Amino acid sequence: MGAARLAEHPETLVMPLLDIRSLSLSFGSTRALDAASLSIEAGEIVALMGANGAGKSTLVKILSGVQRADSGAVLWKGLPFAPASPAAAGRAGVVTVHQSTDVVGIPDLTVADALMLDCFIDGRQPFFLSTASVRRSAARLLKGTGIDLPLDRRFGDLGTADRQMVAIARALSNKAELLILDEPTASLSSLESQRLYALLRALKAQGLAILYISHRTADLQALADRVVVLRNGRDVGRFARPIDFDAAIEAMIGRPLPAAETRGAAAPGKPLLHLHGAALLPDSLPFDLTVHEGEIVAITGVLGAGKSRLLSTLFGVYPLASGNMTLAGMPYRPKGPAEAIAAGVVMAAEDRHRSSLMPAGWPGESIAETISLPHLARWYPSGLIDTRRENREAARAIERLGIKARSPDASVWSLSGGNQQKVVLARWDAAVSRILLLDEPFQGVDIGARQDIIDALRSQRGRATLIATSDPDEAHAVADRVLTLSRHTIETAAHGEITEPQALREQKEDA
Amino acid sequence: MIPQDPAHAASPLDPNSTTSLRLPGLDAIREAVRSSAVFLLLAVLLIVFAVAQPAFLTVGNLMSILQGVSVVAIIGAGVTVTLAIGEFDLSVGAVAASSVMAASYAMIVLGLNATETVVLVIAFGALVGLFNALLIVRLGVPDLLATLSTMFLLTGLQLIPTAGRSISAGLILPDGTTATGRVDPSFLPIGRSSLWGTVPIPVVIMAALAVVLFVLTEKTRFGRVLFATGGNEIAARLAGANTARIKTIAYVLSGALASVGGIIVAARVGRGDVSSGASLLMDSVAAALIGFAVLGLRRPNVFGTIIGAVFVGVLLNGLTMLNAPYYTQDFIKGAVLVGALALTYGVARNRL
Repeated sequence: MGAARLAEHPETLVMPLLDIRSLSLSFGSTRALDAASLSIEAGEIVALMGANGAGKSTLVKILSGVQRADSGAVLWKGLPFAPASPAAAGRAGVVTVHQSTDVVGIPDLTVADALMLDCFIDGRQPFFLSTASVRRSAARLLKGTGIDLPLDRRFGDLGTADRQMVAIARALSNKAELLILDEPTASLSSLESQRLYALLRALKAQGLAILYISHRTADLQALADRVVVLRNGRDVGRFARPIDFDAAIEAMIGRPLPAAETRGAAAPGKPLLHLHGAALLPDSLPFDLTVHEGEIVAITGVLGAGKSRLLSTLFGVYPLASGNMTLAGMPYRPKGPAEAIAAGVVMAAEDRHRSSLMPAGWPGESIAETISLPHLARWYPSGLIDTRRENREAARAIERLGIKARSPDASVWSLSGGNQQKVVLARWDAAVSRILLLDEPFQGVDIGARQDIIDALRSQRGRATLIATSDPDEAHAVADRVLTLSRHTIETAAHGEITEPQALREQKEDA
Repeated sequence: MIPQDPAHAASPLDPNSTTSLRLPGLDAIREAVRSSAVFLLLAVLLIVFAVAQPAFLTVGNLMSILQGVSVVAIIGAGVTVTLAIGEFDLSVGAVAASSVMAASYAMIVLGLNATETVVLVIAFGALVGLFNALLIVRLGVPDLLATLSTMFLLTGLQLIPTAGRSISAGLILPDGTTATGRVDPSFLPIGRSSLWGTVPIPVVIMAALAVVLFVLTEKTRFGRVLFATGGNEIAARLAGANTARIKTIAYVLSGALASVGGIIVAARVGRGDVSSGASLLMDSVAAALIGFAVLGLRRPNVFGTIIGAVFVGVLLNGLTMLNAPYYTQDFIKGAVLVGALALTYGVARNRL
């Protein structure tokens, strides 16, 4: 699989900081980890790649003391390491920064408080506190890390990128020697990611070891000294610089990458959706937008640029602040999702767990029920549910989209992220629609499933598709046309012109 | 009800993860025990009581148990509907209690007949539900706080028309006059007579409402959207559901069912007693929560609520026959509830 692949990690005289030797863990009959090995040295960034369910999270959980391995060994500085809790792992110097950063601080407290939280708990701070003393300690803590944060702002007002910085700063203040980052850029824009890269490179130079978990090749290209690929709980590939990412991705999905993308030649149909002088917020600049039948338009922009707002507005969740919309020549002003759906405009919103799925164990959690929810009135006009109808639709979707599931009535929670996303897509494919709105449809979706979804979208040319994504690579991979949104307005809306986002250009220059 | 981390669940990417390959091991046994535990216990109770006290296992006694639990079961079914939308109606006990007063007031003071009274009282319950929905859906007051306030409001309201007196024929009104009406004789059978001399009317009403509500919540698209609203309101709304209307209907149903419970109590006691319905809230909530454990569903369900109410009824009746003092009853109910909740949440399937 390429010359860059190392057959075996070379035996070094220097003892690795962390040495994982044939670690295994099973849940029932599922082998989450199957004799996986990995080592990290101080001052090294090792990237862990793997599809959903490959065992990345399990490995992280063992290292951070959430779970225990069935067999195998973890050596930390040469000594056996089996932390009983995340706190114990942290005391030993292994700190994990999770993807979700909401729990790092408390919304109503300040950034300084969030930074000092550990010190409040373990008694390093005095019992009586003043705003000034907390701020002084926090400033001292930040100075040692080289991170710059607005100490007096409410934690709740921080963006994801800054919250991550808070989490990393706290980890460093606790004398972390190994930092585990779980999908840190999943919700960052390119510019924010660049800021994170710069920080991580600086930390690496100071001798910190970093285990970096990500799907994004842009991340790994920018950062990784070595890449370890997990598939089905086994380490199936190891790559050192220069890293052959195509080979790494093939190792990750276990099959060759699809041949060069065939872009559905742009023969755009009739104009379908028009926005005239549309302002998303009262104080944002109005813009015009035209979407044609059969085209796939990607909307990129940094977090908070208004991508979700635009899609939600089209779906009737918010009204337009000013301007107007027409759909197929008729005025279009939906007062809610129900009206939008009736008009043929459907949306799979961001964060499918929050926006599309029922909790595990609750009615409506099965694949078939997830698909049928918006279609109940049409499929069951009498009001009585006949599960055969929805199971038939679900079986068809499983077949067509290649959803890996036991049966239509299996819980969506038994599926990987990519397959869950396919179910959400199948929900809106189950009825004819004019416009499909997808907000960050590739979040937590592995590269194999992503390609399946892109293929499915490309093959359905009867409607227009609008995709919001903060990842410019994704945007260009899927769309006929890419628009960039900034401060709730479209920067370039000229039809047919593929605008290249600033961040992508920078990335290309870097490479 | 917290979504599992999907990373925990068996991954379809893993060829070993198909459950068909899994042998019926400890998990399967534990699952089977959990889903039938309440029925097993119920069977054990029936056998133990029948052996210890021959008078226990007679049609008459079993019917009196069912009659005893019918009001709690009906109100509990209403609580179940609000639990299904992920909320909690604390006002049901007060609605039932004030329905007892309203029914008596309608007949004794206003001189209405049985039919008019029943319609009026159910409308009253539905109206209270509408008021709760107004507070919760329109004004955005949290459900527990809104229904707690309504409970308070009704507990006080039911005393005002009679200046705090219980209502029976010959009631002296606050303005000094004497009420002229009386309880319509055709109203009393709702709580007192039996079908074919064996099945008490309240049991018939309970069974009919149980079937209707079971079908409504489990077999219709209304039920699907009801649970969808409770499971993930955002997802339900983004799928085009009118969650405000669903919630309103749930509170109206809850209020109306509580007033049906009140009507049965009024017909049984034949007067408007200010202290009636004191324990109805706690008992019906307990039935609904015990219902989570029935069939191992770990969620509100109408069938479970009815079984939960019957279970408590059997236990109390049997123990009373074995001369357990009445003052231990609340303790026993509490113990059953704790046990059922431990069964529901403690014996979890995938505790990783």
